[in-house]
Amino acid sequence: MTLEEPYIEINNVSFSYDHTPVIENLTFTVRKGEYLGIIGPNGGGKTTLIKVILGLLNPTEGAVMLFGKDRHDFKEKYRIGYVPQRITQADKNFPATVFEVVRTGRIARLGFFERFKKEDILAVEKAMEISGISKYRDTLVGNLSGGERQRVFIARALASEPDVLILDEPTVGVDIGAQKTFYDFLSSLNRDQKLTIIFISHDVDAVSQETKTVLCLNHNLVCHGLPQELLNEHILERLYGKHSKRVPHEPNKKE
Amino acid sequence: MIRAFEAGIAIGIVAPLIGMFLVVRRYSLMADTLAHVSFAGVAVGLLLKINPIFSAIGLSVIAGFGIEYLRNSRRIFGESVLAIFLSGSLAIAVIILSLAKGFNANLFSYLFGSISTVTTTDLVVIITLATIVFLDVVFLYKELFFTSFDTELAEASGLPVRMINLTMITLAAVAVAISIRIVGVLLIGALMVIPVISAMQYGRGFRFTLILSVIFSLVSVILGLFASYYYNLASGGAIVVVAIVIFLLSLTTARK
Repeated sequence: MTLEEPYIEINNVSFSYDHTPVIENLTFTVRKGEYLGIIGPNGGGKTTLIKVILGLLNPTEGAVMLFGKDRHDFKEKYRIGYVPQRITQADKNFPATVFEVVRTGRIARLGFFERFKKEDILAVEKAMEISGISKYRDTLVGNLSGGERQRVFIARALASEPDVLILDEPTVGVDIGAQKTFYDFLSSLNRDQKLTIIFISHDVDAVSQETKTVLCLNHNLVCHGLPQELLNEHILERLYGKHSKRVPHEPNKKE
Repeated sequence: MIRAFEAGIAIGIVAPLIGMFLVVRRYSLMADTLAHVSFAGVAVGLLLKINPIFSAIGLSVIAGFGIEYLRNSRRIFGESVLAIFLSGSLAIAVIILSLAKGFNANLFSYLFGSISTVTTTDLVVIITLATIVFLDVVFLYKELFFTSFDTELAEASGLPVRMINLTMITLAAVAVAISIRIVGVLLIGALMVIPVISAMQYGRGFRFTLILSVIFSLVSVILGLFASYYYNLASGGAIVVVAIVIFLLSLTTARK
């Protein structure tokens, strides 16, 4: 089997906040079609890594290649759809409808002063349809539940018609029932829409059950590979410390 | 009177347009701060015998950049930066005014607004600048909305958010400076913020809320100016009282 095209290449990347190293010498590649889960303790550098990939932070050392280009030369920002972490805490009083928020996903494809065109509106409608929020088109985002708002931000990311979707702790603040639906939705995006997905979570069980590959990050790379092989007690101990215990869950039907 | 109406309508449209972006960013105090800086600018203008509207614009644009710079440096809380500029510029204004005692008579009109002092030059400047601010907001609408909604997402999408923020603050500085003739230093913040808050009570989208806030603001300005003319009241006070009546009505009539 030939390897798929590399979408995101992280080469010897380090990052420090005021001389405190957060990421040390990290190297890995995300290829087309992957469904990667990133796990690790709080403060282990997960969100920092995402911000480096998105160009919000400059790595102290090392290189980030996006779609084969150095990150400084990479201009097609719309190819990466980003769903940030703090959605559930987002300002509930901000007066914006679902449609208005999802439409911001198209801005990366438009120039300054350029107005939304018909194709933009069609892409927005489609993204809302896929995410199952078309019926909330004119509802204020602040009036939705956590799970619904999560879908608005995913639709926003999908509206740019990206090749990679990056989600930071997407299930925080979403109730358990909605989480299951949400994970099925992500899997279908990866399977049916051929979308490459990277998702950060502290929920080891969710990552091991849902994603195809997993990356464990605690300042540096602790492991990278198939979830079944990696998520044993030895690794978890290195990630979360000695006293972490994995709570047994129902046998995974997919196995 | 006609001049005051024309200037008032220009300001009535522009003030809530800018105010909306300040309110949703939790930056309502920015309008008041820039108004006080404008007041220092007026004092400088009176001292140097140049048209105060120009010195007010100049000083508030410079202060706007300073505020944005200090806020980005993250060494001081955003709110504290505003507090420093607000009281600092008032202090400077008072010192200049006490150095040159001759023009105190004019002061009241700058503090609370006056319809009799609008000159033809003022009117031309106000309408020209208001048009520029208006067009900027129209053409940069999607960028301003996105940056206000989520700065980090906007940056991740490749928007030059620092430049957009500087543009925003320049527009705010200009909008405030051109409003002090009619509404006055102490009340311009109210005209920028109250119609927006009233419009937000109706729980509609951004665009709808923005348009509604402009309507509320125009009604406040027009009724306020009439009252000011017929009962010889300070125009700023009359305008803001109407805006507050609209706010109270919006509280009771909005379905929430």
